Amino acid sequence: MITYLEAIRAALDKALADDPRVFLYGQDIGSFGGAFKVTKNLAAKFPGRVLDAPLSEDAIVGVAIGAAIEGMRPVVEMQFADFSTCGFNQIVNHAATLFYRTEVPCPIVVRLPSGGTSGSGPFHSQSMEALYAHYPGLIVMTPGTVEDAYSMLLEAIALDDPVIFCEHKFLYNHLKAEKLPGQNLPVGKARLARHGRDATIVTYSAMVHESLAAAEELTGDGYEIEIVDLRTVKPLDTDTVLASVARTGRLLCVSEAFPWGGVSAEVVARVAAEGFGLLDAPPQRLNAKDTPVPYHPDLWTAHRPTASAIASATRRLLEM
Amino acid sequence: MLLARILEEKLASLYRAGAIHGGVFLGRGQEALSVSVGSNLRKGDIFAPLIRDQAGRMAFGDTVLDTLRTYLGSQLGSMRGRDGNIHRGRPREGYYAMISHLGAMIPAVCGALMARRMRGETGVVGATCLGDGGTSTGAFHEGLNVAAVEKLPLVLVIANNQYAYSTPSNRQFACADLIDKAAGYGVASHRVDGTDLSACLAVLGVAVRAAREGGGPQMIVGDLLRLVGHGEHDDASYIDPRLKASPLGRDCVKVAESFSIEKGWATAEEIAAWRAEAKKEVDATAAKVRREVSPDPGDEEWSAISDTRLADNFLEA
Repeated sequence: MITYLEAIRAALDKALADDPRVFLYGQDIGSFGGAFKVTKNLAAKFPGRVLDAPLSEDAIVGVAIGAAIEGMRPVVEMQFADFSTCGFNQIVNHAATLFYRTEVPCPIVVRLPSGGTSGSGPFHSQSMEALYAHYPGLIVMTPGTVEDAYSMLLEAIALDDPVIFCEHKFLYNHLKAEKLPGQNLPVGKARLARHGRDATIVTYSAMVHESLAAAEELTGDGYEIEIVDLRTVKPLDTDTVLASVARTGRLLCVSEAFPWGGVSAEVVARVAAEGFGLLDAPPQRLNAKDTPVPYHPDLWTAHRPTASAIASATRRLLEM
Repeated sequence: MLLARILEEKLASLYRAGAIHGGVFLGRGQEALSVSVGSNLRKGDIFAPLIRDQAGRMAFGDTVLDTLRTYLGSQLGSMRGRDGNIHRGRPREGYYAMISHLGAMIPAVCGALMARRMRGETGVVGATCLGDGGTSTGAFHEGLNVAAVEKLPLVLVIANNQYAYSTPSNRQFACADLIDKAAGYGVASHRVDGTDLSACLAVLGVAVRAAREGGGPQMIVGDLLRLVGHGEHDDASYIDPRLKASPLGRDCVKVAESFSIEKGWATAEEIAAWRAEAKKEVDATAAKVRREVSPDPGDEEWSAISDTRLADNFLEA
C-alpha cells in the first residue's frame, strides 16, 4: 500500500531522476526530510538538488522564479500552506504575471501542505486555493486521491506555467492506494468520483472523502448522489459539472475553505449562469465557517464540513 | 549616460505633451551610478534594473527604440503594450523585467545565479538595483540573506538618493549608514560618491570583479540626490534646498563632462556634437515609434498562461 504522502514523494523522486532541471527548495527539506517527511531521503539520493532554505518564503518563491527564467524546474515547499502568505507577493505579482508580460514562462511548482488537521489551529490549517485561483496566470491543483497526488504533481512539474499544488495534510497518511497510476485524466479535467441521479456534490481534496461518506449514508434513504471531484480548481472543468447537474438537477458545492467567495461560489455562479435551466432547486454551498480555523478538536469538527454535515445539507437540498 | 539623459528628456517632453499613457520615472542625477553597473557587466550576466536605471539598461544592451516603444505602447515593443515604461526587459537575454514591489528582484536574481551554478556555469554575475527606500522591505532582507547563505555572485547597488518618493532618510532607516546593513548579512560593502562617474566606474569594477571571482555578494551604496520628482507628475517640492546646494546635488553628467574636458579626453565642442547626435537619434526614433501600431484588443489572446490547453472556460461577460 502507498499513502498520499508517499505518492507525493514518489513523484518528486521520479521528477528528480528523469529531469536534471528539477530541484527542490524549502525549509527543512534537506537531510531532515521536511516537516512532514515528504522529502525524506531525497537529499541523499540527489546531492545538491534538495536544498534547505532560510525562513524566507518571499525569497524561496523569488529564487524559484529566477531559476525558472534560467530554464530550471524548481519545486518549492511551503512548510504549511498558511505561510505562503509571506511569499504571496512573489507568487501573484511575479510568477503569475511573468508569461503575460514577457512571453517567458515560469515553470515553478509551489507545494502547499493545506487544510485542517485536528489541533492545528488558525495558522496551520488553512485552505488557500481560492486566493491563488483568483489570480490570472496560476494553475491551482487540489488532488484528493493518492493517484492524483502522484500523477498531478508530475504534470505540475512538466507544465510551463506556475502551479500552486494544494496537497491535503489530513490525507497524507490516512489515504492509501494499492499502487501508483500509469495513466490518469488530463490536467484540468474533473472526475466523477461516484455516479448518482438525485443530486450532484461538487467538491475537491479532502472533502471528496467526506462527501463520499455522506453519499454512502444517504443510500440508506434510497438516494443516489453523484460526486464530482474537481481535481484542479483552476482551470475549472465547468463542462463536467454542468453535465452532472443536467443528470441530477440539484447542486451542492462543498469546500473546506472559508465561505466568502471561493471555489464553491465560483462553481455555483457558473452553474447559475450557464445551467440555470438544468436546476430543479436553488444551488447550495457548504463551506467552513467564517472564523479562523479553531484549535480545539470539538470546535474544529464543527468548523469544517464533515460527512454528517454534508449529508444534512444534501437532505435539505433534496427536500427543496 | 549622455544618451540616457537625452532620451529621458525626450520622455519628459512626450509626457508633458500627453503622448505617454501612465507614469514616467526618470533617473536624472543617477546616471553615473547606473551606467557603471551596466558597463561593468558582460554578455551572459544577469541584470535586474529598477526605475532610475535608463543609463544602466542601455549599457547592458537596451535600446532607444525599445525604450520608446514600451513608453509609447507600441505593439512592436518587448512588452507589446501588456506592460509599460520601466517594467520592461528581455529575461531570456538576462535582462529581467522588474515588478513594482521593491526588493522583489533580489531573490529572483539569486535564483537565477543558483540555476547557473547548478548547471556548472562559472564567472557569471547577477546585478540588481534598489533605492534607499527599498532597503526597508522584507524582500531586501530575505534576498540579501539568501545571497549570503548561498555565497552568490550578486551585486546589489543602492542608489541612496535621499528620498523614497517624498520620505526623507531619517524616516526611512535609523542605522548610521546604509552600508551598515550589509555587515548584518555577512555581505561585503562598498560606498561611492554617486555623482562622480569615474569613482562609480572604479568601485563597480572592483565589486563586480570580486563577485565574479568568488567573493560572494557585494553591496554598493552610491550617495547622490535625485534631481527630478519621483515621477514626472511630482514637482519634488519636498526636497531640502540645502541638499540641492550640497555636493550630493551635483549633476553627474555635468561633472563627467567637466572631468573629460579637464583631462583632455574631449572638448566642449565634441561633447556638444555628441549631444546633438544623440538628440537626433532620439527624435527620429520617437517620430518613427509614434507611427507604429498599437496593440489591438480584438487580436489579444487574453490568456495569462502559456499552455493553451489549460485556458479556463470563463463565461464571456
